[in-house]
Amino acid sequence: MPHLEVGSESVAIVVNGDTREVPAGASVASLLASLQLDPRLVVVERNREILRDRDSFARVELATDDTIEIVHFVGGG
Amino acid sequence: MSTATQPVLDTPFIVADREFQSRLMVGTGKYASNEAMVQSIEASGAEVVTVAVRRVDLDRSKDAAILHHLDPERFFLLANTAGCYTADDAVRYARLARAAGFNEWVKLEVIGDEESLLPDTAGLLDATRVLAAEGFRVMAYTNDDLITALRLEDAGAVAVMPLASPIGSGLGLLNPFAIRTIKHRLSVPVIVDAGVGTASDACVTMEQGVDGILMNTGIAAAGDPVRMATAMRLAVEAGRLAHLAGRMPRREVAVPSSPFSGMLA
Repeated sequence: MPHLEVGSESVAIVVNGDTREVPAGASVASLLASLQLDPRLVVVERNREILRDRDSFARVELATDDTIEIVHFVGGG
Repeated sequence: MSTATQPVLDTPFIVADREFQSRLMVGTGKYASNEAMVQSIEASGAEVVTVAVRRVDLDRSKDAAILHHLDPERFFLLANTAGCYTADDAVRYARLARAAGFNEWVKLEVIGDEESLLPDTAGLLDATRVLAAEGFRVMAYTNDDLITALRLEDAGAVAVMPLASPIGSGLGLLNPFAIRTIKHRLSVPVIVDAGVGTASDACVTMEQGVDGILMNTGIAAAGDPVRMATAMRLAVEAGRLAHLAGRMPRREVAVPSSPFSGMLA
């Protein structure tokens, strides 16, 4: 898995229940890229708020203690 | 007749503002492989396929992502809120599903008990009201209770989905009377969801006059899912046509089919 570009500092966030370090100033878009996820195929919730506009992913900066949920569609009945 | 026109066998199947091509809707869970899932769905002729909303597993391959296997241009994706035990959770999952950007529809489940997977009808009504007010097209999975079905319609559900029997049980239609009663009393479509185990179950269910059936395990857990999907497609059509045709009255005495007259002396 490729790492995010290393900045001068990193911040701790929780992604799908696990704590991760991301560079300070990283955006939701860069997080998805580092996880090799296609933004068109996922939905992102940040601190219980859905990021409805995928175009905003590059603008939303991650902050310490952010809780991010990344969900998608799986098989179900 | 001089012109060979195709007879109109059925009325359009309309839910809310949308016409659907098949009265059989299918789930996408529990298949042995994604290939079996895709082939079975194609064999079923279903247009509506249900999907679940789950966390992306960040450590695994993308195999679980249904959109890598199903073309959302070809199928109508109906997200469910399976696994939700409160109205708040179900509303959250429905909103996440809508944010995926395909449609405003949701198959709403609020489960009340892990063992039976029977619905929490109070939570279901609350979630239906919230989501309907937000513009969702709510198809509500419920039990076969008439009063709950009526309340769901009042709460804004565009379709009510009573069970034939518990989810994944394959026990078939346990209470045809209850399903018929719900169908008679509701204005919105009634789509039986859960419990259909084999083709005869599907046929008998459609013969009650309901508008459609949603099933998953009955196909996915069959010995040969593609064959069963085909059987289900035919059974849903057969049951629907039998309902429209109107069955003969039941008589507890024999009535000969051949004439009395003309017998040899």
